[in-house]
Amino acid sequence: MADVLLDIRNLRIEATSYPPGEPPRDVVLVDDVSVAVEKGRVLGLIGESGAGKSTIGLSAMSYGRGGVRLTGGQILLNGREIRTAGMRELRSLRGHEVTYVAQSAAAAFNPAKQLMEQVIETSLSHGLMPRAEAEARAVDLFRQLGLPDPENIGKRYPHQVSGGQLQRVMTAMALCPKPDLVIFDEPTTALDVTTQIDVLAAIKRAIHETGVAALYITHDLAVVAQVADDIMVLRHGKMVEYGTTEQIITRPSEEYTRALVSVRGIEHAEKDPSVEPVLRVQNVTARYKGTNFDVLKNVSVDLPPGQTLAIVGESGSGKSTLARAITGLLPPSQGRITFAGRELSRELKARSKDDLREVQMIYQMADVAMNPRQTVGTIIGRPLEFYFGMSGEQKRVRIQELLDQIEMGRGFIDRYPAELSGGQKQRVCIARALAAKPKLIICDEVTSALDPLVADGILKLLLNLQAAEGVAYLFITHDIATVRAIADRIAVMFKGQVVRYGPKSQVLAPPFDDYTDLLLSSVPEMELGWLEQVLEHRKMESAGN
Amino acid sequence: MRRIPLAALIGLIFTGAYFGAAIFAPWIAPYGMAEVVGDSWEPWSSTHWLGTDTIGRDLLSRMIWGGQTTIFVAAAATLLSFSLGSVLGFTAAVRGGWVDQILSRTVDLMMSIPSLISALVILSVMPVTLPVLILVMGILDSTRVFRLSRAVAVDITVMDYVEAARLRGEGQGWIIFREILPNALSPLVAEMGLRFIFAVLFISTLSFLGLGVQPPMADWGGIVKENKEGIVYGIPAALIPAFAIATLAISVNLVADWILNRTSSLKGGRGG
Repeated sequence: MADVLLDIRNLRIEATSYPPGEPPRDVVLVDDVSVAVEKGRVLGLIGESGAGKSTIGLSAMSYGRGGVRLTGGQILLNGREIRTAGMRELRSLRGHEVTYVAQSAAAAFNPAKQLMEQVIETSLSHGLMPRAEAEARAVDLFRQLGLPDPENIGKRYPHQVSGGQLQRVMTAMALCPKPDLVIFDEPTTALDVTTQIDVLAAIKRAIHETGVAALYITHDLAVVAQVADDIMVLRHGKMVEYGTTEQIITRPSEEYTRALVSVRGIEHAEKDPSVEPVLRVQNVTARYKGTNFDVLKNVSVDLPPGQTLAIVGESGSGKSTLARAITGLLPPSQGRITFAGRELSRELKARSKDDLREVQMIYQMADVAMNPRQTVGTIIGRPLEFYFGMSGEQKRVRIQELLDQIEMGRGFIDRYPAELSGGQKQRVCIARALAAKPKLIICDEVTSALDPLVADGILKLLLNLQAAEGVAYLFITHDIATVRAIADRIAVMFKGQVVRYGPKSQVLAPPFDDYTDLLLSSVPEMELGWLEQVLEHRKMESAGN
Repeated sequence: MRRIPLAALIGLIFTGAYFGAAIFAPWIAPYGMAEVVGDSWEPWSSTHWLGTDTIGRDLLSRMIWGGQTTIFVAAAATLLSFSLGSVLGFTAAVRGGWVDQILSRTVDLMMSIPSLISALVILSVMPVTLPVLILVMGILDSTRVFRLSRAVAVDITVMDYVEAARLRGEGQGWIIFREILPNALSPLVAEMGLRFIFAVLFISTLSFLGLGVQPPMADWGGIVKENKEGIVYGIPAALIPAFAIATLAISVNLVADWILNRTSSLKGGRGG
């Protein structure tokens, strides 16, 4: 074990929690975790949110975010104990021996400074190399990471490059001071799948060429399988399983790991498409006020009652705008929207109470979709009051029924949103939508902010509710796996247009158009060497053209 | 209930004492408001704890009666400015468009004239009674509250839960009072403490200039005005109301700070 670069032994991390109305208490975030990373190898840390993966990642530079304290165990970097090291020593080590790539590049860059300045900043401040050399190295890295115009991109400001490019620039920033270890904290999570694949390939190549060791933190097992040599699975701050990537993917020994590997095991038979649609969108074109750019161009889709129409596309493709047009928040400039046999007026204000009741919406961020100052009872009870005039005991009984339907206990009725977990919040939002007894629920990326296992639970719940209540879903998502799991028909959107539309079995079967092919082939699969295969395949295709 | 921090406790005691004295003035004040009980500018003694004023009225009694007027006028004006300013501010944020334009530009127009000058102009043509004073101060001050509550509410109206309420078909009343107000309360309460003190200063200024509370009614600004000549002879009568205004200002803000801290951490509400 002469080549061990980072050796974490029996790490224990604590923080103080301040529950409202109770005295503060210490909670253990990470307990007895041991990790070893050899030179030039990549270790993937995987787990749900709250599993402690980022906390462990940051401990590799002996840093605790907020009030987090590293209270026990050893962190040896190049054989040196750094957990108890002083500020001065840590400062010389951070940004030199260990560097960090954050999830949201847009938030991590200073918008007022040129990219080059920020990329070479640590190299200069640590006195590692003269400016000219640092700039030359940065340009080399830009080239390695496949950024366009590597000589000049450093002169741009953060808002002048795309999200995927910015993430690559941040990788260059991390690699510039020639570190021994780079911590990647969910570097591709915020990106579209079609962008993610390029960034992933660039990161992988850069790691390989520079021979740096890395900690790769993510919640997506399929992603980490493409870049990591070893994987550690974490849950509730404890290690669940630790092994080579090949072993974890193909022969997981723990129950929890098996659940992660086989997630999205939902099967859903496609329903008969030849029913009279409940929602019919015809030639809808829409633009935002004060602009002359159509965000939706001539969109037509149908949705039969009790079925699910999935709208798929990357960010900016107009899929959420379509939802806004249907709900009346953004009146379309052309086209008609027919619902349950009657035409819906374009303006929200002109719609009848029944029109409003029968189309409900569930949002991506359950956090901001619920008023933080209202209890679960008020949130679910308001539609009952508003649409059905329920009150008192009758209302309370109905709220209990709805809570049972979303598989949550009765004790939740007096809780505030802040006292719920992410999955529970989304369930309450579902209950609020159900309370109105709608015919159609628009689900806008409802599982995107959730951990895979929790998201799975939500999808199963939605399918059960559809079977029980006969409600139709317009399901907006960028995640093909979710679409496979629940859709009856699919519309693929690109730049405001529907480029492919039909029953699931047809849309997801070849022959594909170019965009659908790109979209489908970019979704990471839980398979070793998938990334290389895809890239190889694409290279051959472009060479053939 | 957490322990009340020392600063807040001091603030609470002082604020409580001032408000208590104002409310129970008829029972606490040793002499009547306009009762002449001695020579002018008598020094502090056991019969007149703070001495007497320019025409021989008991200064402690004047302070207590004056505190009643000052605090009552300031509190009423603050209440008026907050109800008016926040409801209009929320309406502007929720409705947007031309409603917002008209309200905001009117407020800009009002704010472009220094409020003391507009108050002096209005009061010089109107009968100076307490209701008129409260109305003028409340309306002039509501422009500041409008700005704040509009800014806070604009942030809140873009939240998904407000959109959800709109999609449900909720009326403006529900959106303003049930969705926005509870989430905007923290910054508004903090501002209210500050605004109350500005109102105290404002009414004191007006009285000092002779366009506020009219004699023989007492109020702190008026007491300063009546006794200002005494300063030349080393008589501190004019400084006592000044001291009262300063301590009231500090203690009310200590309390407001504490309320802000408590409410913003409560139930996961937004900070600030």
